[in-house]
Amino acid sequence: MKGILKKIAQINFGLMSPEDIRKMSVTKIVTPDTYDEDGYPIEAGLMDPRLGVIDPGLKCRSCGSKGGDCQGHFGHISIARPVIHVGFADTIHKILRSTCKECARVLLTEAEIIDYKDRIKNMIKNEESITGIIKEVYTAARREKCPHCDEEQEDIKIDKPVSIVEGNYKLTPSEVRERLEKIPEEDHLLLGVNPKVAKPEWMVLTVLPVPPVTVRPSITLETGERSEDDLTHKLVDILRINQRLKENMEAGAPQLIVEDLWELLQYHVTTYFDNEASGVPPARHRSGRPLKTLAQRLKGKEGRFRSNLSGKRVNFSARTVISPDPNISINEVGVPEMIAKEVTVPIYVTPWNIEEMKKFINNGPKVHPGANYVERPDGRKVRVYPETKDAIIEKLEPGFRVERHLIDGDIVLFNRQPSLHRMSMMAHEVKVLPYKTFRLNLCVCPPYNADFDGDEMNMHVFQTEESRAEAKSLMRVQEHILSPRFGGPIIGGIHDHISGAYLLTREGSIFEEDEVFQILKHAKMDLPKPKGKPWTGKEIFSLLLPEDMNMVYRAEICGKCDECLKQECKNDAYVVIEDGQLKSGVIDDKAFGSFAGKILDSVVKEYGTDKAREFLDSATKLAISGIMKKGFTTSTDDEEIPQEAKERIEELLSKAEARVEILIEAYENEELEALPGRSLEETLEMKIMQVLGEARDKSGEIAEKYFDINKNHAVVMALTGARGSMLNLTQIAACVGQQSVRGGRIDRGYNERTLPHFKKGELGAKARGFVHSSYKTGLDPLEFFFHAMGGREGLVDTAIRTAQSGYMQRRLVNALQDLSVKPDGTVRDNRGVIIQTMYGEDKVDPAKSDYGKVADIDRVIEEIRIKSGK
Amino acid sequence: MKKDILKHRLVPEHTILSKSEIKKIIKELDIHPEQLPKIKQDDPVCKAIEAKSGDILKITRKSHTAGKFVTYRLVLD
Repeated sequence: MKGILKKIAQINFGLMSPEDIRKMSVTKIVTPDTYDEDGYPIEAGLMDPRLGVIDPGLKCRSCGSKGGDCQGHFGHISIARPVIHVGFADTIHKILRSTCKECARVLLTEAEIIDYKDRIKNMIKNEESITGIIKEVYTAARREKCPHCDEEQEDIKIDKPVSIVEGNYKLTPSEVRERLEKIPEEDHLLLGVNPKVAKPEWMVLTVLPVPPVTVRPSITLETGERSEDDLTHKLVDILRINQRLKENMEAGAPQLIVEDLWELLQYHVTTYFDNEASGVPPARHRSGRPLKTLAQRLKGKEGRFRSNLSGKRVNFSARTVISPDPNISINEVGVPEMIAKEVTVPIYVTPWNIEEMKKFINNGPKVHPGANYVERPDGRKVRVYPETKDAIIEKLEPGFRVERHLIDGDIVLFNRQPSLHRMSMMAHEVKVLPYKTFRLNLCVCPPYNADFDGDEMNMHVFQTEESRAEAKSLMRVQEHILSPRFGGPIIGGIHDHISGAYLLTREGSIFEEDEVFQILKHAKMDLPKPKGKPWTGKEIFSLLLPEDMNMVYRAEICGKCDECLKQECKNDAYVVIEDGQLKSGVIDDKAFGSFAGKILDSVVKEYGTDKAREFLDSATKLAISGIMKKGFTTSTDDEEIPQEAKERIEELLSKAEARVEILIEAYENEELEALPGRSLEETLEMKIMQVLGEARDKSGEIAEKYFDINKNHAVVMALTGARGSMLNLTQIAACVGQQSVRGGRIDRGYNERTLPHFKKGELGAKARGFVHSSYKTGLDPLEFFFHAMGGREGLVDTAIRTAQSGYMQRRLVNALQDLSVKPDGTVRDNRGVIIQTMYGEDKVDPAKSDYGKVADIDRVIEEIRIKSGK
Repeated sequence: MKKDILKHRLVPEHTILSKSEIKKIIKELDIHPEQLPKIKQDDPVCKAIEAKSGDILKITRKSHTAGKFVTYRLVLD
């Protein structure tokens, strides 16, 4: 598309005049009743047939079109006395406050009027927003005395939602309307009212439009009883009071009674527009449920905009609990048979598949690979019943469409909310399984952010050949192993996959040949030729690697020594792969874990997604069979440290606490020197934090010395990156450390102290939330309390963060949703307007880049070096 | 004292395109000039290089990802 075809020049928002409302109305509504005894709508009632028809058989009395085609017609109610429209109460208040009570001019001097008018007209010409300047007018026009007629002004207040009070006298809506009428037209613009589309007095209603019946359809219950829409109920209320008011006025009833009824009418009209307006009790249904009136239909998450226009419900979808299945591929999803029989795939009958389709129909809707509906070429749809299936099979011929059950190999879309990135919706191949949960491979948990503590997921079935083809090439799981977020794998091994691979490939892990074949068979891998001698784990893992793969990297367990010993690394953390053989190093999180896997990353980029899927499927299975062969367990014994270590930690911590005391003493004797840019108190706080932080780290280091990766599975998990961290372990074994609230030591609670157990102003380690104990020895009551404070803050923070980032994301997505990268590399919006002349300024797809860079030169050089030089 | 903003390190290079260059760019990007990103005529850079409404500026700036990046903007009043 070249050039902008059509452009919206302007949109006018205005008010409807009473004449407009009467002109568009097809009938005046008088009676509050809806239907007569025979169930026919009463003329001039709220269900007047001229307001439109709903049932398809009847013809509309106003436009002559059939039900369904007629969108309905408005009616009107003449209100006996004017009432204020809630939506404009604030505006009315502002206008009255800025105009003279006597002469109705704006409370501005002639000079000001000319100046403001000029500026507003100029801004309109320049298409600038005039809200700012209108606000200025409203503040400038608050005068005690009218500059035009010298009349003293009284203060006008608004009593939410619709009462306008001048001094001590409450203005009636009639008086309000009279005043608004008196405002001369040349002043309208100054008050922010465009004289072309609105007049201030139209904000006070004298005629109420009645929406057509199509807007407020009545429903018939099974009992035959009619139930009316909330809006109809409200309109009935308005009509009743309106009539009573009229009768009383005509009968010359006392002023007091008339005013009471008038007030009541105002209440009903107010709640008709907005039933959640502040200051009025919401109008309720007989059952006590608040009525859903006009504003409630539109507003908020469940309103028309967010729930019906921005979001819709669909057919051919399913939702159930998810559970893990390590035996299916990452590309697959296990679908319960119950669901497979309910959601269907439309298949066009051809001479080549007609026999197959007949089989499906013969199975009927209740036997699994069956069919639910058959659509004939003329568009008529017939449901397959056991009684009718033979007749349908007989008539079946090419051109028909059969809605058959889901079967193995069908492509479906699988999704878990919140759908924060594109990997939250991926295409899977169906595998129909028994039981009632969706089954998914554990490697796809990270992209969906799923676990199995009761999570549910949604599935959608594609209904056209095009969508299936597109999904298969763009949305399949294997196409999403690499994340566009950081150019590395987001799908990969987790938890036991990592510890399993480590146990399998670590130094000294040797298997007899029969064991090797057991492992391989269990992992459903091809068996290699027997060697006749024991295998190392590294040799087993090498079977998975592509034959020409070369790479070097440091594993997750790398201790980050000052000088790297490379192949001689004592941790076996220097990974070297030569021609597809794992020469040294262990396989851990850095190899094929999600978010980190280097080997996996390289397989995707060098050998393609098909190979990568195979690699990941077998690598995880191999790791699992490895971990099952070796055995893996953990208990609190893994966090046990010997007595001497405990004593050393105790000594270290008491020394640190003593140092804190010395610091406090120095501070109290005013011997402490302030750091640049800090106060004395801040300096002390920082130094104490530093001392206590160090103490925790040192105590952890002491404990770590007794943690042996060869004997301790908790440590295996922490160091390989499978689960948990060294900090978790040392907190259990050695010392929990300082608890914090709002980024500092705990200093809240009682007056000048955290708890009444301490002296006022006490600054010691214990008094400010330092937890000296380990989780294993247990926390004392005070420590426990501080720990709970820190823990609570963490919970509150995450709750607030998700809410905030969710809203930020919503705004960002709304702003970006129409942008796309065009074939020429430009980023354009839906009008073809260029946003960026080259995507990302370098045309690089981050998912296909090397961790965000076009290429990692160092890595390429290193690999070539291995390949050639050896 | 007025500084030459064009020499500031954060201000990328702006040049006004000639008629023939404009034709080339429009053809290359296959667009209507209205579809280009815009720059206001009273933008300090536009004032400094005296660009008029309807001109197209070529902006050459440093880029984190590509080193050097060229983009265009249509001058509007």
